[in-house]
Amino acid sequence: MIWSWLLGGAKKVNRSWYGDLALLFVLCLFGSFMAVPLVFAVNNAFKPLDELFLFPPKLFVRNPTLDNFSDLFQLMANSWVPFSRYIFNTVFITLAGTVGHIVLASAAAYPLAKHKFRGARVIFTLIVLSLMFSGHVTAIPNYMTMSWLGWIDTYWAVILPSFAYPLGLYLMKQFMEQIPDALLEAAKIDGASEYRIFWTIVMPLVKPAWLTLLILLLQTLWGSDGGSFIYSEELKTMHYALGQIVQGGIARAGAGAAVAVLMMSVPIVTFVVSQSKVIQTMAFSGMKD
Amino acid sequence: MPQTNIGAGTRTGWDRRPRRHPGFWGNLARDLKRDRHSYALLAPYFLLFCLFTVLPVAASIVISFTYFNMLEFPRWIGWDNYARLLLDDDVFLIGLKNTFIFASITGPVSYIACFVFAWLINELRPKLRALMTLVFYAPSISGNIYFIWQLIFSGDSYGIVNGFLMRTGFIDEPILWFQNAKYTLAIIIIVQLWLSLGTSFLAFIAGLQTIDKTLFEAGAVDGIRNRWQELWYITLPSMRPQLMFGAVIQITSSFAVAEVAMNLAGFPSVHYSAHTVVTHLIDYGTIRFEMGYASAIATVLFMIMLGTNLLTQKLLRKVGD
Repeated sequence: MIWSWLLGGAKKVNRSWYGDLALLFVLCLFGSFMAVPLVFAVNNAFKPLDELFLFPPKLFVRNPTLDNFSDLFQLMANSWVPFSRYIFNTVFITLAGTVGHIVLASAAAYPLAKHKFRGARVIFTLIVLSLMFSGHVTAIPNYMTMSWLGWIDTYWAVILPSFAYPLGLYLMKQFMEQIPDALLEAAKIDGASEYRIFWTIVMPLVKPAWLTLLILLLQTLWGSDGGSFIYSEELKTMHYALGQIVQGGIARAGAGAAVAVLMMSVPIVTFVVSQSKVIQTMAFSGMKD
Repeated sequence: MPQTNIGAGTRTGWDRRPRRHPGFWGNLARDLKRDRHSYALLAPYFLLFCLFTVLPVAASIVISFTYFNMLEFPRWIGWDNYARLLLDDDVFLIGLKNTFIFASITGPVSYIACFVFAWLINELRPKLRALMTLVFYAPSISGNIYFIWQLIFSGDSYGIVNGFLMRTGFIDEPILWFQNAKYTLAIIIIVQLWLSLGTSFLAFIAGLQTIDKTLFEAGAVDGIRNRWQELWYITLPSMRPQLMFGAVIQITSSFAVAEVAMNLAGFPSVHYSAHTVVTHLIDYGTIRFEMGYASAIATVLFMIMLGTNLLTQKLLRKVGD
């Protein structure tokens, strides 16, 4: 039967056919709830103007066109800050934040996972506790810190805090724990320094976890609007530009849909490419007692 | 043979007594020296972590007892901010009520959804499993595309929901979804749930894939008859570490509702129907610049999030004992 093929054949024990059918039904039902808004967003981006304002509204596009994308670039080329600048800002913030976070969090995760030293437990407990509240709690003192450091209205106000996200360090540390100690001991006997071991042995071994941290940071940085830190128009991000275009209402509906697709395609494609590695990392995410 | 001082260096001044043991400070110095590479690797991250997370929490608590507007030096006013917050600020109490409604629905529902869908997806064959994982996970990573819900629940007849309801004859004229306090809370809960199958969902999928397969075969021999018994007796107990991690992530995000509410329902929303503790914090912290008062709100939020998380961890630790 078709559903038993979808489920990977009859290898599993204790399975009833009506249970399998119910399972597929539930997955399809909720799967479409999850997918419809995204499918709608993609279709909107390719709809000509008359289809965007059709009654009754249609989910799928009938005469696909790229007009919305060319409109978008025309619209933004004539604006005060060219749209390419918003794209650059978002790409720069995301890249700098991700690279910095992966290097610093891995460097910190290595001794926490593999060495015993004074304070290690306290530090890791602090990291776990900090997973238990959101960034809103620390937003106000952070704003003050940034203003005292003179970093308001610079990229750094967004990039530097992202270096120290606790979730990335947590996952990296959990993942590093499964690296065999014998490997590190052997390198030590060969006379490699701790820094060399970290950079040439540990880092290449945790590549799956890099991709996971990348996905996590894409979630926060790619969609960042600069928060309350960035005022200058030429430093604002793509998400901010999207918000402005959407505010423009009916006249901008097509261009808005085009930006939305540009914005969502990058994290989704990244996840498609890295899915198996991310799942591999997440297998070690559990909290031990 | 006289004992030499270990790690104490030469002593001058009043302390000329010979030492036989390095003592606490000697031990500490020796350990710090031995582990200096560990500290050096940890330092850059940890300094930033202190600067942006540890110190701000402490600062928030201290500032919450002051009157501070960023211009004058903070003035100590004791518990006044908290008294005002809990006794005089009706809008805060509305926000608090909404936050608890949000959290008590989206928290448990999203947690269970993360697990149930991960469990169902795990039954599929690998290619299909990868596809369904993407379908369920995509909303949470596609940036801030939730504004698409603005088009779906658009107040005119071009909105998908209004269009559908009008065509099928449930309503005669479009409903202004976000201008009606009756609907805003429900819609935001739906959108929040749509966004909530994130990190914990992936952790559960990964956890399910790493369960030892022989456990299930042994279970079948021991008389486990259907997938429900398998779930209860084998799957859930094997996944406790991931379940605890997922709980932390879902609880924290379920209390942090703000961006979705502000973008969809407006800020401030109609009759404060989508006002939460976080939007109240944003109001006082970034618009009115009453930093002392905003810090009191942040401290209350911190206590609520941390308290709920620690309590849940305690309960989950008991499961299966």
